[in-house]
Amino acid sequence: MSIKLTEEMLGSLPDSRGHFGAFGGRFVSETLMDSLMTLEREYLQLKNDPEFQAKFDKDLADYVGRPSPLYFAERLTREVGGAQIWLKREDLNHTGAHKVNNTIGQALLASFLGKKRVIAETGAGQHGVATATVCARLGLECHVFMGAEDIARQTLNVYRMKLLGAEVHAVESGTRTLKDAMNDAMRDWVSHVDDTFYIIGTVAGPHPYPLLVRDFQSVIGRETRAQSLKQAGRLPDALVACVGGGSNAIGMFYPFLTDEGVEMYGVEAGGHGIETGQHAAPLCSGRPGVLHGNRTYLMEDENGQIAATHSVSAGLDYPGVGPEHSWLKDIGRANYVSVTDDEALAGFRQLTRVEGIMPALESAHAVAYGTKLAATMDKDQILVINVSGRGDKDIHTIAKIDGIEI
Amino acid sequence: MSRIEGVLKNLKGQGRKALIPFITAGDPHPDQTVSLMHTLIEAGADIIELGVPFSDPMADGPVIQAACERALVHGTSLRQVIDMVRRFREDDNDTPVVLMGYLNPMEAMGYETFADAAAAAGVDGVLTVDLPPEEADDVAPLFAARKLDPIFLLAPTTTDDRIRAISDHSSGYVYYVSFKGVTGAAKINVDEVAERVQHIHDLTALPVGVGFGIRDAETAAAVGRVSDGVIVGSVLVDTIARNQADPEQLKRALGDLLKPMRTALDDLAS
Ligand SMILES: Cc1ncc(COP(=O)(O)O)c(C=O)c1O
Repeated sequence: MSIKLTEEMLGSLPDSRGHFGAFGGRFVSETLMDSLMTLEREYLQLKNDPEFQAKFDKDLADYVGRPSPLYFAERLTREVGGAQIWLKREDLNHTGAHKVNNTIGQALLASFLGKKRVIAETGAGQHGVATATVCARLGLECHVFMGAEDIARQTLNVYRMKLLGAEVHAVESGTRTLKDAMNDAMRDWVSHVDDTFYIIGTVAGPHPYPLLVRDFQSVIGRETRAQSLKQAGRLPDALVACVGGGSNAIGMFYPFLTDEGVEMYGVEAGGHGIETGQHAAPLCSGRPGVLHGNRTYLMEDENGQIAATHSVSAGLDYPGVGPEHSWLKDIGRANYVSVTDDEALAGFRQLTRVEGIMPALESAHAVAYGTKLAATMDKDQILVINVSGRGDKDIHTIAKIDGIEI
Repeated sequence: MSRIEGVLKNLKGQGRKALIPFITAGDPHPDQTVSLMHTLIEAGADIIELGVPFSDPMADGPVIQAACERALVHGTSLRQVIDMVRRFREDDNDTPVVLMGYLNPMEAMGYETFADAAAAAGVDGVLTVDLPPEEADDVAPLFAARKLDPIFLLAPTTTDDRIRAISDHSSGYVYYVSFKGVTGAAKINVDEVAERVQHIHDLTALPVGVGFGIRDAETAAAVGRVSDGVIVGSVLVDTIARNQADPEQLKRALGDLLKPMRTALDDLAS
């Protein structure tokens, strides 16, 4: 680790314009600036408002079912034969993934701001479902933008959103995946900026989104920290989380950033292999650029056109990443690695078979890397894998790979 | 005085309004762009906004998205767009050209390399849709040193403080986005625009161009009456899409579309 982070340094980031070092910021067309500045102002007030925080905490407890367990995976640990492997069970949250932590928070913000119409982008559909869920609960009009390709591979979640009363808009432009869904959500927002709240699903987008999504997701790491101290008697040696836009990873990492002994590993989607170019691993092989309102590592061609990505998991199929991760990479506080589609699928099968826990294909990336890493560690060390979501939504994809029609 | 400033001053002296067409470079084919620029001038354009295609044009509606895709199929890069301006300048040394696009292609090229190449080719202004002045600290001095006019957007949602601050960062003109929406939507409300532009004139001495939603002689005249110039984009790009198979017919169609706007704007002067 190259620099020691202090609470004071972390407290100063992002700066007043939303920068994490060279990354982040607010790169949007002028029409959205006023809304973003209002959102920032309101959020910075509510962040310290006991009434808002109490409401958020109560919803997380009573509606989401938090705290989620920190579970010692004994059989997996034995099979891997290295460090103790513990699992943070975000898959047990209501709606089946960590995404709901953030949608609860942002929907509360929308209510405080008096907005009645909500939009969201989604890749795997987990964020779309989590948004449609909180909108159903609060009686808000909900529009979800989803790439046509993702609609085809996540039919279950599309139907769930519809049952929840959301309108799902198929996005046919560009690569027809998450990045294009985000483009269309931004376009919708510009067109309905007075009455609409945009619930972004990850720690990307223009300031203040990376900040507020990180704050809402940090409950993951705060709980893990306390649970590890209580259940294992000490802090973990390593944290492992998958990175699409990076919200479950930052939520896990952030409360540990000043704990020097805790190593962090963000696992990106290696797709068919980094060397093939067919992957979604901007931190592993991209370079800094500007997309969707912030400066961050991106996958792009030499002319600055955003590259097509590939991952077996729709939720990781994104050419950018949250700006705070770009900063953590550059200062050397967190490590960013990748596993291939095949490794992730093997991780899915292993956790399912050995522990009876079916992870989302996104989370399976963390499982695959976590087991690999644990094998290189001592038996008295502790490694925590964030199981960001459950795998029900991916059953069709797995079955298809197995050559089975269901 | 920059070429943009000169042209706008001259028009103002004559009581005339600027006609500013937008097309996407490389659409329908990179070989046609320079010739289409000359067509726009012949039809009465005072300034050309040349769109730099981008894979993720977040502020654009379906018409300009499709134009970007057509241009990118042929690999149209920012370097090539700059070269198109260089070739345009071989035959036209008077008409200002503003590059309009998104930040990432410029960032990938490198700001200094871009500024050098653009200035050398005869580019006059740069409008970067997703670069508000707050984030322009790096590029502003590079542009200023090479006399490239930074042109920023003002929107219906822009507060007075921001109008003043943005104008302070701008030169040439400011671009008022006539409605809350993406390019190509048909939402323009002329009375509202008139009121806002008058208000902007109270806050800045810079000329105000108005774009988004101008599609014919009538809307051009209505908006021209209250502004210093009109920017015409999606309707031209749509014309390109519909006539892409026949280059000669395409030129005629662009002329047929722009000339009545020119006439309507000039009728305002008399
Ligand atoms: C279960 C699960 N994990 C992870 C992700 C990736 O998002 P992030 O990197 O923001 O956590 C998704 C996105 O859809 C998801 O559904």
